Amino acid sequence: MSLFFVNILDGLVMGLLLFMLCSGLTLIFSMMGVLNFAHASFYMLGAYFAYQISTGIGFWPALIIAPVVVGVLGALVERYGLRRVHQYGHVPELIFTFGLALLIEEVVQFLWGKSQMAYEEPSALAFTAFSIAGNSFPAYKVFMIFVAMGIFLVLLYILTKTRVGMIIQAALSYPNTVQNLGHNVPLVFMGVFGVGTAMAGVAGVIAGPVLGTFPGMAFQLGSIVFVTIVVGGLGSLWGALIASLLIGWLQTFAAAYNVRMSDILISLGLERPADLAESALRDLWTLTLPQIGPILPYLLMVLILIMRPQGLLGKRET
Amino acid sequence: MTTSADSPLTAGTRSLVPLSSAMPWIIATVVLLALPFVFPSGAGLTIMNQMAITIVFALAYNMLLGQGGMLSFGHAVYMGLGGFFCMHLLNWVENDGLWLPLPLLPVFGGLFGLFFAFLIGGFSTRRAGTVFAMISLGVGELIAACSIIVVAFFGGEEGVSGDRTYGPEVLGVDFAQQSEVYYLIVCWMLLSTLAMYLFSRTPIGRITNAVRDNEERAEFLGYSQRHVRWISFCASGFFCGVAGALFAINLEILTEENLNTTQSGIILLLTFLGGVGFFVGPIVGAIVFTLLQTVLSLYTEIWQLYLGILFLATVMFFPNGLTGLMAMHIPSWKAGRLGLLMRPYAKMAVPALAFVFSAAAIMEILFHAREASVGSEEMTLYGMTFNSHGYAPLVIAAAVAAASLYLMKQIAPSVREAWSEANPVRGDS
Repeated sequence: MSLFFVNILDGLVMGLLLFMLCSGLTLIFSMMGVLNFAHASFYMLGAYFAYQISTGIGFWPALIIAPVVVGVLGALVERYGLRRVHQYGHVPELIFTFGLALLIEEVVQFLWGKSQMAYEEPSALAFTAFSIAGNSFPAYKVFMIFVAMGIFLVLLYILTKTRVGMIIQAALSYPNTVQNLGHNVPLVFMGVFGVGTAMAGVAGVIAGPVLGTFPGMAFQLGSIVFVTIVVGGLGSLWGALIASLLIGWLQTFAAAYNVRMSDILISLGLERPADLAESALRDLWTLTLPQIGPILPYLLMVLILIMRPQGLLGKRET
Repeated sequence: MTTSADSPLTAGTRSLVPLSSAMPWIIATVVLLALPFVFPSGAGLTIMNQMAITIVFALAYNMLLGQGGMLSFGHAVYMGLGGFFCMHLLNWVENDGLWLPLPLLPVFGGLFGLFFAFLIGGFSTRRAGTVFAMISLGVGELIAACSIIVVAFFGGEEGVSGDRTYGPEVLGVDFAQQSEVYYLIVCWMLLSTLAMYLFSRTPIGRITNAVRDNEERAEFLGYSQRHVRWISFCASGFFCGVAGALFAINLEILTEENLNTTQSGIILLLTFLGGVGFFVGPIVGAIVFTLLQTVLSLYTEIWQLYLGILFLATVMFFPNGLTGLMAMHIPSWKAGRLGLLMRPYAKMAVPALAFVFSAAAIMEILFHAREASVGSEEMTLYGMTFNSHGYAPLVIAAAVAAASLYLMKQIAPSVREAWSEANPVRGDS
């Protein structure tokens, strides 16, 4: 039972981290119709920038500076890259962000090399917050939970209670009308893109020490992020939250419990083939849950697409 | 999905080469048959085989992207699955005495690709655009991840290997020689290219273009957009399977790398580089990309960085790709005014080349300064040897880059002028 609680907390950390990426991505998508393929690359940039800054002036300034730099970069990409490609339609836009993701990975390898960076959590948080029956829970993860929750609450407040949020919400549905009312819609787009990428940057800063800072980190998380927003429903912020937590827990629990397929098959009354190496179904017999853990999110996505194409909380199919 | 008129995807299947006449096909056949006599070396044959396979794959990919408006991020899966299946067929021929001549193998690879495209297309082709792209990515990741788990089919980390020479001999040929394999691959490449071209001329091929341009209108005409997409998805899957089979015949081994997302990304990259709006675009892309990859990787370690920059520049500034650049000059060539452009182009080429080489030099020096082992600070670039840790080479390279950029800015108006002179009706580009 104690392992269960630790996994709940670990899954929560993972889920909230996913949500920090998904919320920005889904906001950008529902506003501009652009699925930013390079979103996870900005997450990676956040981690690398934070590493670089933290070697100079420490972790806490990096927590503020790195996301700001990433956000400015994101806004520049929107202003000088995406806006230019926008005239060609959505598919070239998607190809542009895909190319950007490739390029960012190459640039990161060029600047920092291929090996993992020694980016570690600040010493102020390097202690055990509490332990449940021998399973310790590091304080840094508690810190991650609070940062992610805080950002979510701030985002919710801005979107629903402030004037800027109202303009953003209006520009989501009727960009032309909002423009006619005298608001600078391209500027709003640029701002949302910048804030979205900055949030990915924050996620990178706080996830770098835990998940590792290496050139493959963008791709590793990026494809899961896409799965999450499809499962949650494109453009739905609450759907993204639910799907993020769901996938976070799914992955954590699958990695923690070593359920063997052969046990299940035997309990179903099937007999284990005598010569396993020759059987065509040998992989079915040797499967374990941690082994298939990484593909569970994709399986979930395929199932959702077949059963409910608009996603958990999505309203439209596109 | 609405796209504006100058989108690279909506321009229809424009032609750079008049493929509807027999001439280009005959020329291509003769050239392809003669090439092994021009490049008889093993390395030459290897590159040409690789190119031919990539051409089939890229054309099959463009059936979706260029002609159907469907952006797939997991297309290597269909090629990989076809290839793996063919590898198993080869092993059955070797071990269980299955009668199957090697030249027929691509048919089965294609059918296997078609089968999976049929299954997956059933739910992924419901929508085009972003949704399709994301589903293709998810499914691609799923199957790529399965390739490590399902060892019986994918062979785990070492992959599946076999031997192509055990099948029944065809006309006394057992395909042990690489040149024999070359002719087999080229045969299949020509056949598939012709088949894919003819497919794009059939009513279903045309309706695929219509659905790409405006799916609602196509629906009002009585065509189910979903079925149209599904059919072209299946056709594309078939030819991907053929490409996979050719890959299996050529290299006799398939691993997880053949169906992962990197592979899917490469095919997108080279198809777009070649130009998605043209039938011959993917062919140009496959040839140029394979050559670039071979040449660049010989000279520099950071060639992928250059490719990334080239790709992004293509998407931003030349969305019609290399073929589009060539096609831009057809009107002036027909009007006999292409000569007007030659002088300004030549004038522009000097600073442009200087800029490219000096910019590359900056990156190479920076890369060398960071990556080189301690003590070896000497590096050789363009025939010059110098200390990469000093500031002087960097300053010189940066100065050359800045100067050539300035010159390009100065020359640009005269090029634009010559362009509008050569294309009086269209105005400037």
